[in-house]
Amino acid sequence: MADNGERLRRTMMFVPGNNPAMVKDAGIYGADSIMFDLEDAVSMAEKDAARDLVYEALQTQDYGNAELVVRVNGSDTPYYANDVKAMVKAGVDVIRLPKTEDAGMIEDLEKDVLAAEKQFGREEGSTHLMAAIESAKGVLNAPEIAAASDRMIGIALSAEDYTTDMKTHRYPDGAELEFARNMVLHAARAAGIAAFDTVFTNMDDPEGFYRETRYIHQLGFDGKSLVNPRQIAMVNKVYEPTEKEIENAKNVINAIEEARRKGSGVISMNGQMVDRPVVMRAQRVMKLAKASNLLDEEGNYIEK
Amino acid sequence: MKNSVNRELPDDLMKKLNYKDFETTDIGHPDIQRVAPKVHVTTGNDKVVDSIEDVVKKTVKDGMTISFHHHFRNGDFVFNKVMRIIIDLGIKDLTLAPSSLTGVMNDMVIEAIKKGTITNITSSGMRGSLGDFVSHGGLKNPVIFRSHGNRARAIEHGDIKIDVAFLGVPNADKLGNANGMQGDAVFGSLGYALMDAQYADRVVLLTDNIMPYPNTPASIKQTQVDYVVKVDKVGDPDKIGSGATRFTKDPKELKIASTVNDVIVNSPYFKDGFSFQTGSGGAALAVTRYLRQAMIDNKIKASFALGGITKPTTDLLDEGLVSRVMDVQDFDKGAAESMHTNPNQQEIDASWYADPDNKGAMVDQLDVVILSALEIDTGFNVNVMTGSDGVIRGAVGGHQDAATAKLTIISAPLVRGRIATVVPKVTTNVTPGDSVDVLVTEYGIAINPRRKDLQEAFANLPGVPVYTIEELQKMAEAKVGKPKPLEFTDRTVALVEYRDGSIIDAIHEVKD
Amino acid sequence: MEIKQTAVAGTLESSDIQIMLSKGNDGIQIDLESDVKKQFGDQIESVITETLKKFDIDNAKVKAVDKGALDCVIKARTIAVAQRALKTADQPAWEVL
Repeated sequence: MADNGERLRRTMMFVPGNNPAMVKDAGIYGADSIMFDLEDAVSMAEKDAARDLVYEALQTQDYGNAELVVRVNGSDTPYYANDVKAMVKAGVDVIRLPKTEDAGMIEDLEKDVLAAEKQFGREEGSTHLMAAIESAKGVLNAPEIAAASDRMIGIALSAEDYTTDMKTHRYPDGAELEFARNMVLHAARAAGIAAFDTVFTNMDDPEGFYRETRYIHQLGFDGKSLVNPRQIAMVNKVYEPTEKEIENAKNVINAIEEARRKGSGVISMNGQMVDRPVVMRAQRVMKLAKASNLLDEEGNYIEK
Repeated sequence: MKNSVNRELPDDLMKKLNYKDFETTDIGHPDIQRVAPKVHVTTGNDKVVDSIEDVVKKTVKDGMTISFHHHFRNGDFVFNKVMRIIIDLGIKDLTLAPSSLTGVMNDMVIEAIKKGTITNITSSGMRGSLGDFVSHGGLKNPVIFRSHGNRARAIEHGDIKIDVAFLGVPNADKLGNANGMQGDAVFGSLGYALMDAQYADRVVLLTDNIMPYPNTPASIKQTQVDYVVKVDKVGDPDKIGSGATRFTKDPKELKIASTVNDVIVNSPYFKDGFSFQTGSGGAALAVTRYLRQAMIDNKIKASFALGGITKPTTDLLDEGLVSRVMDVQDFDKGAAESMHTNPNQQEIDASWYADPDNKGAMVDQLDVVILSALEIDTGFNVNVMTGSDGVIRGAVGGHQDAATAKLTIISAPLVRGRIATVVPKVTTNVTPGDSVDVLVTEYGIAINPRRKDLQEAFANLPGVPVYTIEELQKMAEAKVGKPKPLEFTDRTVALVEYRDGSIIDAIHEVKD
Repeated sequence: MEIKQTAVAGTLESSDIQIMLSKGNDGIQIDLESDVKKQFGDQIESVITETLKKFDIDNAKVKAVDKGALDCVIKARTIAVAQRALKTADQPAWEVL
């Protein structure tokens, strides 16, 4: 597992890999992660061209601080090997494997990535991995998939293929995804990596989008895969901590400082001991508050 | 000779046309003498005629100045009907002085130039084939580009002396009382045409809808009108709307619009009773929608919205978020219809809107304006006139005038395709950087160093990076590369006036 | 290298460039259509030529319709069309990327 907990991953924006206009502008929307898609968004005839385009864009375009992810074609396709090599050579942050069914697929990917790192003189271990879970089998194997490699940074649920596999389709209330969401989330948490919820494609239903995002936020997902830049602000809004949460978190952080100053191993606040989970939650709240532009330079809450 | 914004101007032409070079955006307090039109006295019982040709024969002579308005935009039938007859009658050496020229007029104007019918043009702008034709030296005398406010000024001064104005209207009675709000081809405000009606020696109305006398409300009045010509159709209602009235879904435009909104909301001007002008185009409509939410959230109401009006703006009027709409033109049917039904939507003429030589124009009271740019340079000078290839393809419109606002925001993408919007030096300087305050792009904003107060106000805008304009220019160049400089000949094909009538820039014939 | 077949890569969408590559016998001849030809024509042609040279393609006819593509897009489309024309699309030229 790689740099766990360091990064916010609220928003993973899909960018069709063969669309130059979208590829070049992908950096302007403030997504935490940008996922260039070589798989479903690219027709069979354009797989080579999309790979070339994403490669050249990664070499030349400035995507700021966003985590750069590429969804390669599945390991059962003729494009997979070249996709992996090209993206490792390009120095992408994360390779996302679609339709992951078991830990073996991640182990194979890790071998392929390592070979490519050696071939192209990339630092070994610098390419991270994530898995998309898109089937019943994948969901049941999620715990072993999530823990399959030290390079893993996250797993994502892809509901379109999954619901088809389950002989259902998506419903507004998301009951059909309840088990899969919880499996994926638990697998991620047990392995100490990030969990991404599936896309919500109907741009004309912002209410539904908010409902679903609030729900997965409540469950504990790190964030959501997104099909449109317009969804970024909406997700960030849901993940915005409240003023009360921020004040509370600040008190915890202050207590940590206080304990460090005193050289005390025990952190206490209002006479009570503060446990590790509380500390971690406070740190995450402060990070979210900062990313949500809710703190001024001194770390005080900004009234909106 | 170079003017105060460092633009090389053609000395010979400047002298011949008796022009001053641009010095400052400050209008000062000069005393101005206005002109008055000639009046051909009548009791008004013989105004209605069926034949445009008869009227043209009676009124238009070689060497005269004729005018039209562009409120029908690309749905205009009047211009081509009248010009066809003028060309066919063999009339020569006319000066064409419309409020602006739209695409449907291009072919006719080019033909009229080629046949010697038109030898001079003054307009707000031109696009497409006509812009191309003029930029390639098609017209011997330079076109004079004037803003809407400046056109009003020039008419009042007599710089533009209109002999005959041909004004299409969707309704009129037999004496010429007319408005833009009823009939098939409604366009709402007659703002620009009101100048022509007031100052032309001869005013000819063309309409497809004769109303019972007296026709009210009368924007153009019977006291101003010489002839009322009945025609089949004055315009195509479907093409009058400017087209750009749908709310954009382009994420880049939305990003820019939301940043524009952030800038407005965090400016010192966003308080109860503020005023604004947003203009047309997808991004402008998006700004209006974001602004609406910000006004609701902050419990702030605007005293007025100004300029070219769209339905999202009249919706704000209906919701009570804006007290008055001061309306010089309407970009869509919704805005035009609203003017008919809502007494708080006031029709204003171009002089009231934006004339600098006035006892106070609306733009002088304006707090916030959002304007577009084809190019903006590191001196914040804006070009809305010539494309990246140097060819004329735009209009001054109200750009120079509205930039008088206390907070002038230029909203533009950093690059369009492979063309940088932020450049070291604009191809044509239309609006001087002195009147521009903030540039908003999809990457961040730049604040005119002249505005220390705004530098401070926007220093820590959450999620809005502040760059110097030089940094944005370099960022744009890093993306698209350095273009080869454009090549022009020495020949001047157009002069751009500043709103006070001085010359801010010259446009040269392109070499290719 | 010898061009084996006429190939096309890229689209006519905004910010893209469509390049057609076919056999030639008189150096690299580029027929470029672009709204920004005045300002960037030389640059566009040089990116195409440089990239083709990396494939050792010295003789070819190029028909390019540019819609405002950036250099990285022009390079990517040239690589794609070259590999298609050389029938090597399934073996990316790692040294050219």
